[in-house]
Amino acid sequence: MTDATTLATRPVASTGLVDGPRGGKPKRAISPRNVFIYGTLLLVSIYYLLPLYVMIVTSLKGMPEIRLGNIFAPPVEITFEPWVKAWATACTGLNCEGLSRGFWNSVRITIPSVVLSIAIASVNGYALANWRFKGADVFFTILIFGAFIPYQVMLYPIVILLRELGIYGTLWGLSLVHTIFGMPILTLLFRNYFTTVPEELFKAARVDGAGFWGIYFKIMLPMSLPIFVVAIIIQITGIWNDFLFGVVYTKPDVYPMTVQLNNIVNSVQGVKEYNVNMAATIITGLVPLFIYFVSGKLFVRGIAAGAVKG
Amino acid sequence: MITTSTPAATQRPIRLFRNKAAKIAAIPMILTAVVVFMGGTIWTIVFSFTKSKLLPKANFIGLDQYDRLWSSSKWGIAIENLLIYGICSLIFSLVIGFVLAALLDQKIRFENTFRSIMLYPFALSFIVTGLVWQWILNPDFGIQKVVRSMGWESFSFDPLNNQEIVIYGILIAGLWQGTGLIMCLMLAGLRGIDEDIWKAARVDGIPAWKTYIFIVIPMMRAVFVTTLVIIASGIVKLYDLVVAQTSGGPGIASEVPAKYVYDAMFLSQNLGQGFAGSTMMLLAVLIVLIPWAYMEFGGRQRD
Repeated sequence: MTDATTLATRPVASTGLVDGPRGGKPKRAISPRNVFIYGTLLLVSIYYLLPLYVMIVTSLKGMPEIRLGNIFAPPVEITFEPWVKAWATACTGLNCEGLSRGFWNSVRITIPSVVLSIAIASVNGYALANWRFKGADVFFTILIFGAFIPYQVMLYPIVILLRELGIYGTLWGLSLVHTIFGMPILTLLFRNYFTTVPEELFKAARVDGAGFWGIYFKIMLPMSLPIFVVAIIIQITGIWNDFLFGVVYTKPDVYPMTVQLNNIVNSVQGVKEYNVNMAATIITGLVPLFIYFVSGKLFVRGIAAGAVKG
Repeated sequence: MITTSTPAATQRPIRLFRNKAAKIAAIPMILTAVVVFMGGTIWTIVFSFTKSKLLPKANFIGLDQYDRLWSSSKWGIAIENLLIYGICSLIFSLVIGFVLAALLDQKIRFENTFRSIMLYPFALSFIVTGLVWQWILNPDFGIQKVVRSMGWESFSFDPLNNQEIVIYGILIAGLWQGTGLIMCLMLAGLRGIDEDIWKAARVDGIPAWKTYIFIVIPMMRAVFVTTLVIIASGIVKLYDLVVAQTSGGPGIASEVPAKYVYDAMFLSQNLGQGFAGSTMMLLAVLIVLIPWAYMEFGGRQRD
């Protein structure tokens, strides 16, 4: 199973997208072939960009303009009122504090979850890659298979577990859940990375008397900063975007942003304010979008490795 | 836990403590794998044979929960929706993902820009995706209204309020969010094909589309299989998108198994049904996973 798990990600993880294009030979600038290729790509791009555009223009219009106009038309009069309202005063049930509460809850969930899951998984991946012990592969195989088990199967046992620990319904409980479900992919990521570190380096450090933790902190950690960045990207986007765990393991006053957003937009009471809804939707998407556009190629590497998470 | 991992421990107690730091570092993994993943799964399967309602109780009633599950119309609709969504999503994701990857692989300019545009929806959550598409497909403001206001008065496109086609409305949003990822995986696969293959094909005068279908795609078998497993395991988890876009409506027309399970467990205090439903979901995943694992790794022995 050792190289089985490496193989599972190899086609996507190691080939990467950095090699040059390998298609046909470049030809004249305007040929039927180029018109077809660029034309298709442009149409496809419009399809992918359209929802983002619609979200933005809708959030900048007033309600009268939305009722009369066309959702694709740019705003005649730009107003930031919906953004302010979505952030500060939009209601879910009796609570009218806007999305800001969900935002800060999500921040308070994401930070400990990211730190905890990466700390544990990196040490664990290091132990699996460089300090193999008998039986480790069995547990690792179970862990990887666990990544494919539908979460629904484990939802209720974890409720019981958290209740026994006394952290059911709290931010810490949810952070623990994110740490647990981040284990398979992160361990795989770190294990595969640490396996590629030259063994001579490791042996030299041992000869010099460095132990398990010494090698981890002095050699492995400084050498593997890029993979830590990839892990951080995977975890922040994954945890920020989570909905199921948030709704199951927290109570209304600690709901993460996605859950609160859904409650605001899909609430049945009151007049629907589409501009506020769209502003709230963009605000929720801003964090992962920011990470996506800042991280560029590393994000691609992350999702290629993280794709197993499904 | 560690004792079981080293059966020799009974004869030579020292072995247990050898490599101690690594074993301690692996404790979280062992707990996660054994207690949560294995323990939790077995617990749910066992309790799916009980009469648990509000609280899990160990009064076994055999397969009753499964009988009730499969005779419930809500579950029937959920399964039907999952099948339609699953099959369409598999086919469309693979075809669209591959075609886009092939287009991007033509030594074009702005490759990175196009790729960023196609992939960004993947960074967004299903909740955001569902809400945006709910808005675009809104009959009073969205596409339907825009086309009607352009003069085509009888135009009708309202998937989210039509029981017959609501699942396709969800499919549109799901494809928007997920095809970028598939495109990226396929592109990585295409880049892994040896350049000489293309040269040889050109020398032999084989047209590009034939090279793709008869040479490149068979060579990308591993990538396709991996992608297939990724798409399939994502399909079974389909939940947030439905909750955000339609909340299972109109009526129960867009229910999916994951939502059925959640509703049974946490809304209608019917734990037994939730356990039975989730066990069926597990079964579905195993049906996909086991042949794949067998095909990929079955032949090879551990080294």
